[in-house]
Formats: sequence, structure tokens, C-alpha cells
Amino acid sequence: MITNAFEYYRPKSVAEALKILGEHEGEARVVAGGHSLIPMMKLRMAQISHLVDLQDVSGLKGITVSDRIVIGAMTTQAELLASRELAAAAPLMLEAALQIADPQVRNMGTIGGNVANGDPGNDMPGLMQCLDASFTLVGPDGSRDVKARDFYQAAYFTSRTDDEILVAISFEHPKGGYAYEKQKRKIGDYATAAAAVQITAAGGMVSAASVAMTNLSDVPVWSAASGAALVGTTCGPDAVKAAVEAMLKDINPGEDNRGPVAFKRQVAAVVLGRAIARAWSRV
Amino acid sequence: MNDQTPTHDERVAGLKGLGSSRKRVEDARFTQGKGNYVDDIKMAGMVYGDFVRSQYAHARIKSVDSTAAKAVPGVIAVLLAADLAPLGLHWMPTLAGDKQMVLADGKVLFQGQEIAFVVAEDKYALADALELVVVDYEELPVVVDPFKAMLPDAPVLREDLAGQTKGAHGERVHHNHIFRWELGDKPAVEAVVADADVVAEEMVYYHRTHPCPLETCGCVASMDKINGKLTLWGTFQAPHVVRTVASLLSGIPESNIRVVSPDIGGGFGNKVGVYPGYICSIVASIVTGRPVKWIEDRMDNLMATAFARDYWMDGKIAATKEGKITGLWCHVTADHGAFDACADPTKFPAGFFNICTGSYDIPVAWLGVDGVYTNKAPGGVAYRCSFRVTEAAYFIERMIEVLAIKLNMDAAELRRINFIRKDQFPYNSALGWEYDSGDYHTAWDKALKAVNYDALRAEQTQRVADFKAGKTRSLMGIGLSFFTEIVGAGPIKNCDILGMGMFDSCEIRIHPTGSALARLGTISQGQGHATTFAQILATEIGIPADQIVIEEGDTDTAPYGLGTYGSRSTPVAGAATALAGRKIRAKAQMIAAYLLEVHDNDLEWDVDRFVVKGVPERFKTMKEIAYASYHQAIPGLEPGLEAVSYYDPPNMTYPFGAYICVMDIDADTGVADIRSFYALDDCGTRINPMIIEGQVHGGATEAFAIAMGQEIAYDEMGNNKSATLMDFFIPTAWETPHYTTDHTVTPSPHHPIGAKGVGESPNVGGVPAFSNAVHDAFRPFGLTQSHMPHDHWRIWRIAEQLGLHG
Ligand SMILES: Cc1cc2nc3c(=O)[nH]c(=O)nc-3n(C[C@H](O)[C@H](O)[C@H](O)COP(=O)(O)OP(=O)(O)OC[C@H]3O[C@@H](n4cnc5c(N)ncnc54)[C@H](O)[C@@H]3O)c2cc1C
Repeated sequence: MITNAFEYYRPKSVAEALKILGEHEGEARVVAGGHSLIPMMKLRMAQISHLVDLQDVSGLKGITVSDRIVIGAMTTQAELLASRELAAAAPLMLEAALQIADPQVRNMGTIGGNVANGDPGNDMPGLMQCLDASFTLVGPDGSRDVKARDFYQAAYFTSRTDDEILVAISFEHPKGGYAYEKQKRKIGDYATAAAAVQITAAGGMVSAASVAMTNLSDVPVWSAASGAALVGTTCGPDAVKAAVEAMLKDINPGEDNRGPVAFKRQVAAVVLGRAIARAWSRV
Repeated sequence: MNDQTPTHDERVAGLKGLGSSRKRVEDARFTQGKGNYVDDIKMAGMVYGDFVRSQYAHARIKSVDSTAAKAVPGVIAVLLAADLAPLGLHWMPTLAGDKQMVLADGKVLFQGQEIAFVVAEDKYALADALELVVVDYEELPVVVDPFKAMLPDAPVLREDLAGQTKGAHGERVHHNHIFRWELGDKPAVEAVVADADVVAEEMVYYHRTHPCPLETCGCVASMDKINGKLTLWGTFQAPHVVRTVASLLSGIPESNIRVVSPDIGGGFGNKVGVYPGYICSIVASIVTGRPVKWIEDRMDNLMATAFARDYWMDGKIAATKEGKITGLWCHVTADHGAFDACADPTKFPAGFFNICTGSYDIPVAWLGVDGVYTNKAPGGVAYRCSFRVTEAAYFIERMIEVLAIKLNMDAAELRRINFIRKDQFPYNSALGWEYDSGDYHTAWDKALKAVNYDALRAEQTQRVADFKAGKTRSLMGIGLSFFTEIVGAGPIKNCDILGMGMFDSCEIRIHPTGSALARLGTISQGQGHATTFAQILATEIGIPADQIVIEEGDTDTAPYGLGTYGSRSTPVAGAATALAGRKIRAKAQMIAAYLLEVHDNDLEWDVDRFVVKGVPERFKTMKEIAYASYHQAIPGLEPGLEAVSYYDPPNMTYPFGAYICVMDIDADTGVADIRSFYALDDCGTRINPMIIEGQVHGGATEAFAIAMGQEIAYDEMGNNKSATLMDFFIPTAWETPHYTTDHTVTPSPHHPIGAKGVGESPNVGGVPAFSNAVHDAFRPFGLTQSHMPHDHWRIWRIAEQLGLHG
């Protein structure tokens, strides 16, 4: 359980970090909280020669709540949980962050690392898709924004290129009712199935709904059809059933130690049903 | 006596002796990070060793190339089987009379098996070098299923045993067969089964799991070439046994071997056996002349050092239509993995599994056990239970439920009808044990009343109705369990390990100013021996427990003993402690008589002193006696106050208990919520109620883990699928249920203080309670048996198979 030897860097700025990445193209990787990357390095499943620690890079931490909500990539899960402003503006973030890992991991793990990692087990990517967040990436050629809903390509493959650093995520103030529902085997476990739901209502009916699922495919699944099935309804049993059925068409879970495919599909259906009910109750 | 003399009760309280909830003296150290574990040991010049392990479950090793590894700066040596062969150490004997490869000799038989031992100056060079050892494998067909292993054309696993039709425990009937063990009256049982009103038949599987102590296994071996002395620090549950085995294997006289178990971070049976890491570290220290440290990481621990269980238990239980059990038939297919490395008393190849008649008066029984080799890790240790007792308890407590289903009877009532009655003790069981004492009916009635059993059943009936009416998706299970353990191995006449009799010992030295040191042949791994043994002694010799230091684990100072596992410390070493204390007291009485100028018989013992009968103001305290024993010439007596006792127990002890678990189950997601867990334990005389409660909490939590999710799982290729704590379930405080503890007290008639042992009861009784609750929830829908672990998807599968998902 010891990593291979590597060079360690602790740059002070994004520019400096980008320079190091450029100098060691293909052999360098940034490390944020380290709670996904370092276990992989210890198992020697990731062999990295140049490790660029972002802890000291200025400007990557913090939560700004103004017309949009902007969260620096290096903000830890614990910091998300401690922010009253964020709790008021986007309570869904809190409900989800509390279900990620355990307090020790949350003290180190960052939101940037969680979304950049590309592991289908991570909870934040689905949540970001539910909230229609954007990721701000900075590379040698400047900065660009990518929608969370366009970011994930396959397990551990995202549209971020190796020479880019994720600096921030941002999203509009979520409106209406919300819920993050996750089934796991124990504290510190990734989801067997999880659902993020955000619902707005007008005149007693759903006016917009966003549904995203976690760990049920090799990427997070934002199910447009599922959300659409709720629009114009009062989230009654038929509407929920339609939303669940639409979601089940979009997911593609695999069998693992958490269980076989049919089981995961049923749990996905149950957690989504519960998330919709809770979100609707909070509208 | 004058006004300053504390009262009798005050003096009793001041001793903190038997029955006192004295705080654990160990905890100040442990909770402040001041423990001293084997990995804390640092020595000048110490180097590190670790294994290259097999990627495959079954393969021929065509070659091993360590050239690149040896070229890594800091690498000192790479040992292969060929290097150990000249010493005869490439194989080692197991505790079960088999032999095991220390380093792969031509082939590997399980994933994670040790192939090469690399030694380096530091852990970093070591980790790099391990990667660079190139092993050329030729894959062989893998067998992970013990039934397939016994097919005529199954691959031959143990080529080293070719042509051997006899093993350590008799006939081998197949090339992958280890032993057959048979007990009881087969024709009689078969006749009963043939004629019975009712016969319930079931295959009950107790899956493979692992003790997974917080601290993994490890050692530091140091051969001092100048004085020829080998010192071995390690995570040993039986340090004296390790010393003897090390001496027999190496030829070094036992007087030149010192084995030390420092603080141990949990053992649970995982640290009883002898592992390749110990042998390789010793050899490496002899070769390099430097201390060598080997410490497993978590994956090594879960993949390679001793697993537990893996018993396929096929049962038939016969009864009258009124529910009186008339006979029990049981055949076990025991999956031992690649080598038979069980840690059982030698004459018991399936441990004390023949306690499988449980707490019931069963007139005839038959037991057959076939041990089988497969391509899995070796082991088969008693994970927080006496040898195979948890398997036995699980088997009978499942069979009784299956019989209740067959009879359409309440399972609590069925147990009551069949319990051994109080007046039947000492009770001779059909499979050969003499149960020392028990009062099962009293315990059972107390338990049922405490949980309000009838109300629970009424609530459950309502829940089933609601479920059927579509009002809820939640089911409710009531898990009953009544267990009888057999612990305290054991009488030398039938209990030995590799010929070493399973007595234990205590040596006491009273200091002149009245404090004491006691040393034992056991070794605490978290059980709190330093606390409880001092309490036993305090009551025996009248010296406050706070002034008695307990030492264990260093073979240079502690008296010989067989160690700690199988709940044997209190029954065996605890008895030795009491008896050594009585020797002290006997001498103290002579001294007091001399000092008080009366006859020995004119004195009586009063808490902490000898008092002249009828003259309460004339007494000598133990403190005064201790001083006099050293510093006053007493005619006819040697100076000093010391005693030793080696205790060979006349019988085992038989703790018992009643556990009841109530659980709510979501039929759609398979999530089970433990609503309540009630544990009544009867461990005879209670030494420290607080420690008992802690032991029950710990053991029940391990039982919860095992029943509800913990397993060592292999795929068809023999890959271990559960070698990290992400997949191997260890409950956190969050998942752990709340426990309600209770007790009755039925002392052991043959133990000097009547104590029976408790550390393992909650695991033995807990597993059936949790599992029976899951089964009970689905009983109204037709479930009779479903194998553990009951994790979410397997519970979901029960509901799916019963058609509950619509
Ligand atoms: C026991 C345990 C349980 C866990 N349970 C959960 C859980 O339930 N849910 C969950 O979501 N996660 C869980 N995790 C993962 C945890 O949340 C990680 O912290 C998170 O996945 C990664 O964040 P990090 O800051 O630690 O990133 P790191 O591990 O440092 O990095 C992860 C990856 O992202 C890349 N990266 C990081 N930051 C940036 C950036 N700014 N720009 C570009 N690339 C970047 C790194 O190069 C690396 O490839 C668990 C982890 C552990 C150890």
C-alpha cells in the first residue's frame, strides 16, 4: 500500500500549476483532497510521476452566492456543509453532501475532485446535472465552461483535457422542492442507487422537474424524459410511475458486490419515487 | 476494631473484586494512543519484509525472476521456496496436522498465496521491489465449490499428497478430501428419521467470513548472533505455542527463544495460527543478522491469513407431531481452502461442532463432517467463538425454526418443549458432551417477557395483513435464538494442540508492602485481562485490584499456557488464578496464626484479613502478613509469598443465553432496520458486569456484521471479491444496533469461582438471532431457508423469489 515514487509540486497559482502540467504532459496529475486519487496510487492502479497539489493555489476555494452560485473547485465537502448561505440558497447540496463518505473524508475531499474524478460512484456529478451546473476549466489556451450534462463521457473519461484544471462550478439558484435520496450498504459506501430531484410548481402543478441518477451507469444519468413526465402533474402515483419508467430506460447498471442488475433497477425505482415525493412535499 | 476500621462492606468495595464494574485499567493507555503494538516496535538496523503474492487461485509456477527486484537500491534479499528448502522450511506443519507451503513450491493454490519474501532497508524500496519480481504462471483449472471439488474428475489440488489415502484424521476418500469425522449412532438416527411423525430437512450454509481484527497480523524477528537468542514479537494469541513450534521447526532450544505478544489490536481467532510471514521473518533475520519486520496490510489480511466458517450443513431433524424432537442427523461439507490450517484441538477436526444438538434434549444424533480442499485461502479459525461452535449454534437454531415451520408451531414454544430441563444437569448429550449446568426455561421465560413476545407476534400478524392489503411495503421479523456454548478448552485428556495439552497457568508474587504481580499463560487482545484477573485475585487474597499488576504475553516471564481464544481465559487461566490465590491465602493463614499466636484453625478469613474467631479486634491484614512473610523469621516457613498454579480443567464450561432481535425489512430495497436487540447471557459467576456488557456489545456487533453483510466472496476464477473494507462489511457506530443486555446466573459447578466465560457468546447467539429475524419476516410468505449474509440484494432476492414484487 505504498505509491510509486513521484515528484511533488505545490504551486501557488493556476498559471504555475498549468505550467507544470504542460512540462510533464501525460505524466502529471493534479491532486485536490486526494481521497480518490491517493487510494488508487497506493494500489498502484494509478502510477503518476508528477503530482501537482492544488492546496496552496490561490483563488480556488470559497462559496459565492450572488446571482449565480459559484463554488471554488478546492472547497471541501465539510466547507459546503458549514456554509449557511449555501444551505439557504441550495439546500439540495447539503442533503447530498451529508450522504457522501464520512466526516473524515469530507474534511479532505473537494467538490472539484468529486466532479472531475469521473467515477460513476461519486455523488456530486449527478447532483450537478440535476442543477444544470457549469464547470469552469482553465487550460493553456484560456478558460471555457462546460455543462455538467455534457461533461461525462465514460467511467473516468470526461471532456476535461489533461492540461486543464477545473477552477469552479456554478449554477443558478435552484427553485422549488428538492431531494437527494441514496441507498448504500453502510456509511462510507458509494451508492447502490441515488436520485437527485429538483421540482418547481406553478398553480399546484409541476412546472419543471430535473432528475439525475448516480452509480447506475458508467456516467451520471440526467434523465430529461423522467423530469418531463412530471411536468403538468401533481406528482400523483401515475406521474411518479411514468417518471420512474422513463428513468429506467435511461440507466444501465452493472452487476457488482452491491447486487445484480434487476435489484439495482428496483432500488433505483424506489429511491427515485421517494425523492420525487420528498421534493414535491417541499415545493 | 476501632472507629477508623472500615466496615466489612467498605472493605469489600475497596477491593474492586468479583462483581465490581471496575473501569478497565487498559483504557487510559489505549484511548490516548499509548498502546504498544507490534508495528510500534522500532529497532536499530531493523529491515522490512513483504510477500509477492499469487495473482491466480491455481497455477503452476514456471519460474520466478527476481533480478530486477534485487537491483532496486535498498533491497537486501529475495527468498524463494528453493532458498528455504535446504532448511526444510519451504513447508510448515499446520495446527490441524496438515502442512502448508511457506513459499510457493512449484504451484500456487489460492489467490494471495505467498510466492517470494522480499527484504529491504525501507518500506518504499520494498514496495517497488515487490512489483518487479516476475512470476511466470501456467494457469490451472480452479475449484472454489467444495461439492465440485469432490467430483471424481475434479482437478487435483494437493499434488504433494498424491497417493496418500490417510491424513491426520483418518481415511481420505478422494484426492481433494481431507478427513471424515463421524460421531453418534447413525443406524439409530436413521431409524428414528424413518419412523418420525415429522422430519424437517434443510441445507444450512454458514458462509465464509474473516475475523478482520483492527490490527492485522505481523511480527518482528530478531536473531542475536552473539548470544544465539531469537526474539520474536508478534500478534500471537498463543505465544508459548509459537515458541514451542518455532523451537521444533528451527532446532533452536526453547530457552533461546523469546516470544512476546505486545498489545494486540483484536484477534478473534485470526492470530492463533502460524503464518508464512513468521517463518520468513525468522529466516530472514538469521540470514541478514538484522531484525526483520513483517506487517500485513488489510488486503493481505483479508486474502491470506485465516478465514472463518464456510460450512455447508445438511440437516434432518425428527419430531413427534406435538413437537418433541426425537433425533438429529447432520452432515457437514467443510471447505478448508488450500491447506487444512484450522486451529482446533487436535482430536477435534471439526472443533466442538458436536455441540450441534444445542440446548435441546435430543435422544439420538449423528454427525458426519467431510473436510475438503478448494482453491481458497486456508484457515477455518474460531472467529469470536469456541471451535466451530458458532456454526453448530447457527445450524441447530435454523433447524429448530425449520421444524417449527413444518409443525406449524410457534418457534418459541417449540424451543421450550425441547429444552434440557434444569434437573437434567449435568447432562450427557447424544454427541458426547457433559453439560455442566443450566437453567434454560428460566432464561427463556425471562427473555420472552422482557421483549413482550406476545405483543410482538400480534403486531407482526397485523403487519402481514397490512402488507397483503397493500398498505405497507415493510415486513417485520422476530429473530429468536437460544444457544449453549462449549468453551474453556480444555481437559488435557481430550484437548491438545499438536500434542500440547490445553491447561493454563498463573504465577503470583506478593510484594513485601502488600501489592502484587500476577502473570498468566494467556494474552489479552482487548478482553481486559489486566482488569478482570486482578478482580478474581483481589477477592481471593484481599489485596485491592488496583494494587495487582497483571502481566501476560512474554514467554521469558509468563508461565507456560496455551493462550487466549475459544473463551478459554476465564474458564482455564481464571481458574488457575483463583487456585494460585488460594495457595497464597493458605500460607498467609499460617503466617497470621504465628503472628497472632493462635492455631491456624482458630482463624477465619474476612475480606482482606485473618481474624481470630470470636475476637474481631484480633486480626492481621494481608498487607501485614505480606510484610511479615518476607521480613520476619517464621519457624518452619520459607520466606516470601508466591504461588503458581497450572490448571487442567475437569470439564468445559457451558455458557448459554437467549437473544431476541426485532427487525423491519423493506421488501423492495432489501434494507433491514434493527429495531431492537435483547441479549440475556448466563456466563455463571459475573466477574465484571461492565466488561461483560462491553463484550456482549462487541460480539453482537460482529454477529450483526456476519449475518447482515460480511463475507469473503470468490468468483469462479477464485478471485477474492471482498479484500478491502469497502466491500468487506465492518459496521460503524451508525449501522450498529442498540443492545439491551440482561442476565441470569447459573454458576459452573466445577470452576473454582463458578465462571463460564462470555466473550464469544454474543457472536454464537447473535448470528442466529439476526438471521432468524430475516427468515421470520418472510415465514408468512413461505420462506424456509435462505443463506447469509443477508445484505440488501439477498433480502431483495428473497422477496423477489417469493413473488412479493408483484
Ligand atoms: C472511504 C471513502 C468513502 C467515499 N465515499 C464517497 C461517497 O459516498 N460519495 C462520493 O461522491 N465520494 C465518496 N468518496 C470519494 C471522495 O468524496 C473523494 O474525496 C472525491 O471523490 C474526490 O475529491 P478529492 O478532492 O479527494 O480529489 P482527488 O482524489 O485529489 O482527485 C480525484 C481526481 O480528480 C482530479 N482532480 C481533482 N481536482 C481537480 C481539479 N481542480 N481540476 C482537475 N482535476 C482535478 C484528480 O487529478 C484526480 O484524478 C469516498 C472516498 C473514501 C476514501
